[in-house]
Amino acid sequence: MMLSVRDLKVSFRTDDGLVRAIDGVSFDLEEGEILGVVGESGSGKTVSLLAVMGLITDPNAVIEGSIRYKGRELVGLPARELRRLRGNEIAMIFQDPMTALTPVYTIGWQIAEQIQAHQRLSRSAALDRVEELLAEVNFPNPREAMSRYPHQLSGGMRQRAVIAMALSCNPALLVADEPTTALDVTVQAGILDLVRKLRATHNSAVVFITHDMGVVSELADRVMVMYAGRIVERGSRSELFNDPSHPYTRALLGSIPPLTGDKPRRLPAIPGSPPSLLRLPKGCAFGPRCPARYEPCDAGKPDLAGGSHAAACFRVAQA
Amino acid sequence: MTGTDQPILETRALSKRFSIGTRFSSEGRRVVHAVDNVSLTVRRGETVGLVGESGCGKSTLARCLVRLYDITDGQLLFDGDDITAKSLAELRPVRRRLQMVFQDPSASLNPRRRVGDLVAEPLRVHAKLTSAGIRERVAELFDLVGLLPDHVGRYPHEFSGGQRQRVGIARAIALNPDLVVLDEPVSALDVSVQAQIVNLLADLQDKLKLTYIFIAHDLSVVRQVSTRIAVMYLGSIVEEGPSEEVFSAPAHPYSQALISAVPVVETTPSGRRKRIILSGDVPSPLKPPAGCRFHPRCPVAKDRCRTERPALVEHKSGRKVACHFPASV
Repeated sequence: MMLSVRDLKVSFRTDDGLVRAIDGVSFDLEEGEILGVVGESGSGKTVSLLAVMGLITDPNAVIEGSIRYKGRELVGLPARELRRLRGNEIAMIFQDPMTALTPVYTIGWQIAEQIQAHQRLSRSAALDRVEELLAEVNFPNPREAMSRYPHQLSGGMRQRAVIAMALSCNPALLVADEPTTALDVTVQAGILDLVRKLRATHNSAVVFITHDMGVVSELADRVMVMYAGRIVERGSRSELFNDPSHPYTRALLGSIPPLTGDKPRRLPAIPGSPPSLLRLPKGCAFGPRCPARYEPCDAGKPDLAGGSHAAACFRVAQA
Repeated sequence: MTGTDQPILETRALSKRFSIGTRFSSEGRRVVHAVDNVSLTVRRGETVGLVGESGCGKSTLARCLVRLYDITDGQLLFDGDDITAKSLAELRPVRRRLQMVFQDPSASLNPRRRVGDLVAEPLRVHAKLTSAGIRERVAELFDLVGLLPDHVGRYPHEFSGGQRQRVGIARAIALNPDLVVLDEPVSALDVSVQAQIVNLLADLQDKLKLTYIFIAHDLSVVRQVSTRIAVMYLGSIVEEGPSEEVFSAPAHPYSQALISAVPVVETTPSGRRKRIILSGDVPSPLKPPAGCRFHPRCPVAKDRCRTERPALVEHKSGRKVACHFPASV
């Protein structure tokens, strides 16, 4: 097992009290596997992966649970050790590529710096490697692109440059947080292809965070659906899309307008909006919006129950 | 729903150009052709969807249509009346019939004012109503968009994104407009909330006999709401036609690539569609390519496309396409 997360809890001390952003998340990831994490804003998908990367530096954050990477416990690991892992073994790409690029250096300079931070290479060898990487992410003219500054590139090219940077050390694990959300669909298609290629050539494991069910169904081997800081359903792609069992997953899939075939007169919408983490309902967090809610749902929070395909729902458990 | 013959809005060869830079900047003064020669007819009661990648000019076009931008060239007709060059004062009676909803409700609502006030504002400006009349109308509007009566005293930050967009919609329909231009109205919302707003817009259209121009980058949402769609590329319309037909059988190679790139939930692996991946990026509108503007990325481009720019012409009944070699549909 490459990555094994057990009962991860992340809380933040705020003026309004303790906010539990992640409430007991457990998952495993194998080599060469693509895990899709879906959820709406505030569902905890980003925070849980930031915790895995050791990137929650907020002094008001409390992280509990266990995160094992290749058998090694990451929770409580000194910053120095974590830094050695990040970039080298584990890489991350974000929604906005400008957060990962500095505007004052050229693309070539930045990627070469990243390579030299982790590998003993001469400057010219590092620059050659940059050219290779940019060609790999489909830059038509990599040498020329290396002398460009980030503002001179389009959004899609910037994101590809960040991916080249993330791939520079052949990471065993790539965490991608909504990397295509700000991009056009035509550009997105190319980025998804790159992620698939990375898995095929380096057998890297990928965690892909998105709110787009379509993207997940095209890319992921396994899927995890999050709501209000908990996993509500997980399973293989076909289990989740052919046979969704949690009412939230079903409702979410149902509310997406179809691109082909008959269009419904009205979309089956989910009432209400995602809850604030400060004011979570007492029982199941989805309860107030759930069409299948009954008495047990108000009493306690359902646990994730089942084998490879599991759902956190009293109704499903009872059936 | 099909409209009557009288178009509510019509553009004739409308163009919008921006000058950027100064004569002191390194490249000197340059001109961006943001919207280039767009002729579009919108009939009463229909919903026209505008789609295209970022930078294709769809938002600029939307802003020209409500005269938030001045029009560089061409004509804009609203209900048969030429409003291309009308002054602000002359525009006032038109404005109440022509409204707009913006993408980000938290940016378009003043955070220091109560939402009841925000919805009342257009009524104060345009409608001759007493303060009791305004209160009554605001309550009616709140009910219409699915907000509770006691929400009037709250501030925008006290609402979720979906509710804020309802406030934006209430403001836009306050004066009983004929046409509402919706620029990415659901893009900033959570997936589970998008469907509510899409349904609300459909209900309002039925009840108030509204005409919509709907802009979104999410093609499945556009397909859901639109009766007709126009696909834009680099400032021009490259294909136009009934939404169902364009989605099921796009004729322009760009429309084909765009529609094929949308990731959809496939339950059967065999049902996976063939994907056309375009090479390169959208060229800069500062230096649009010669000939057909799509030719450098087009998988079927021929010599003629490199020199001669295709016009948007009727390809089949009700469908227009700007391509020398459109797919047979």
